[in-house]
Amino acid sequence: MSETILQVSGLSKSFADNKVLKDISLSLEEGSVMSIIGSSGSGKTTLLRCITGLETADRGTITVAGERVFDSERTQKLTREQKRHYQLLTGLVFQNFNLFPQYSVLKNVTLAKELLLKEQIKQGKAQKDELEEVEKQAKELISSVGLADKLASYPCELSGGQQQRVAIARALILSPKVLCFDEPTSALDPEITGEVLNVISSLASEGRTMLIVTHEMGFAKEVSDTVLFMDSGVIAEEGTPKEVFENPKSERLKSFLNSTLKV
Amino acid sequence: MNSFAEQFPVVFSALNTGFLQTLKLFVVTLVGAIPLGLIISFGSMSRFKPLSAAVKTVVWVVRGSPLMIQLLIIYYFPGLVFNNPVWGGGENGRFIAACVAFIVNYACYFSEIYRGGIQDVPVGQQEAGIVLGMSRSQIFFKVTLLQMIKRIVPPMSNEIITLVKDTSLARIIALQEIIWAGQAFLKGSQGISGQIWPLFFTAVYYLAFSGILTLLFSAVEKKLSYFKV
Ligand SMILES: Nc1ncnc2c1ncn2[C@@H]1O[C@H](COP(=O)(O)OP(=O)(O)O)[C@@H](O)[C@H]1O
Ligand SMILES: [Mg+2]
Repeated sequence: MSETILQVSGLSKSFADNKVLKDISLSLEEGSVMSIIGSSGSGKTTLLRCITGLETADRGTITVAGERVFDSERTQKLTREQKRHYQLLTGLVFQNFNLFPQYSVLKNVTLAKELLLKEQIKQGKAQKDELEEVEKQAKELISSVGLADKLASYPCELSGGQQQRVAIARALILSPKVLCFDEPTSALDPEITGEVLNVISSLASEGRTMLIVTHEMGFAKEVSDTVLFMDSGVIAEEGTPKEVFENPKSERLKSFLNSTLKV
Repeated sequence: MNSFAEQFPVVFSALNTGFLQTLKLFVVTLVGAIPLGLIISFGSMSRFKPLSAAVKTVVWVVRGSPLMIQLLIIYYFPGLVFNNPVWGGGENGRFIAACVAFIVNYACYFSEIYRGGIQDVPVGQQEAGIVLGMSRSQIFFKVTLLQMIKRIVPPMSNEIITLVKDTSLARIIALQEIIWAGQAFLKGSQGISGQIWPLFFTAVYYLAFSGILTLLFSAVEKKLSYFKV
């Protein structure tokens, strides 16, 4: 019996008059992979941004690993400590990588963890020798995404696929309970999406809990335990890949799947 | 003193003294305007509308009017209107007044460059920092700052080279900078009069100085060329 690691309940979000998320609820079990599909503008990115703390929802709650990271009813302010703690429960890989251009691959991966540890050492919550471990851990992660020979390279010297793999390693070093991906291959040339999708697949087989917004239907079908179809801010359909892709119930999903087959 | 060979050492030493004053004004302006510009740019980007509107108005007035007029106003206004010449008399008073005018003027120009530099850093950089659990100040100092510096080096170097030449405007309040020193030999000074070449010769100082700065800035640009923004 797996435990629920991410629970979203009654989440709503508007931008001015535009209701982008309407009463969204979902739950994700530890070690499982959920894909979110849906046409452009249906609210997929906004949902991920709410879950990862980049956007504040208007209503609802978000619970990660038993901690209530967001609650629209909450009145007291979170302390800096709490915010940081909640922030680190989730990770996000962006569509356009957002690597730090002035740092090498290695430094991109170690930076946030080192800053965090330095603070914790000051507060007496971590030991100095943990800092030395970070570089070792980063190198292992970078090797695991196949870039061991690029440690000293800068982002501008890498292809898009390589940059995205660094971005994945950068997110992994903080050991998020849930790792979110927002169309991780949409900014890539079609012939190099495979190298990124392979990395994500291998994370899935290692048992990482992941929430993936994607337009790669074949990949979603293969890697996911559940698939959500979002349409105009609601979860219009949800099920196993088999159910969603082979037995779509709603007309909207059928026509969406048809349109993605054509392109 | 009629021969050039006789005049040259006298003129050279007077111009050097004038150039020292030019250099002092240049350095003090930079030391004051570089940080003040940052404060002004934060003010103009403030989400508190009355503050940003006020700051933007000041910047518009300062950038929209001649520095020469600002120099005159800052130097003479307190004495004429309040009967209180705050700057004191003499070269020292003129120097302080000139510094105040130049610092305010250049801080306003710098603030616009900073603002562009800050706003041009893609918001995704900040968001990447946030999802990696970095604090606001860590994001600013470790992520945004260097990218911002890289973006502002070319416009800042233009502005700073303009400052080299603008220092000559302080002549209007009789600050004894290099143009003033050169001009003295036209009217007559130290036994030399009616000579215009010392004034022309000041250009050599400006050229040499801006040449050195150009080299310096291209070295900085080169140093930051290892990454792309
Ligand atoms: N920061 C924002 N301000 C205003 N509207 C936004 C903002 N972000 C997204 N939207 C709007 O929300 C809707 C959903 O966008 P998004 O979540 O990006 O959809 P998707 O990722 O599914 O394409 C769109 O209509 C978009 O214009
Ligand atoms: Mg999107």
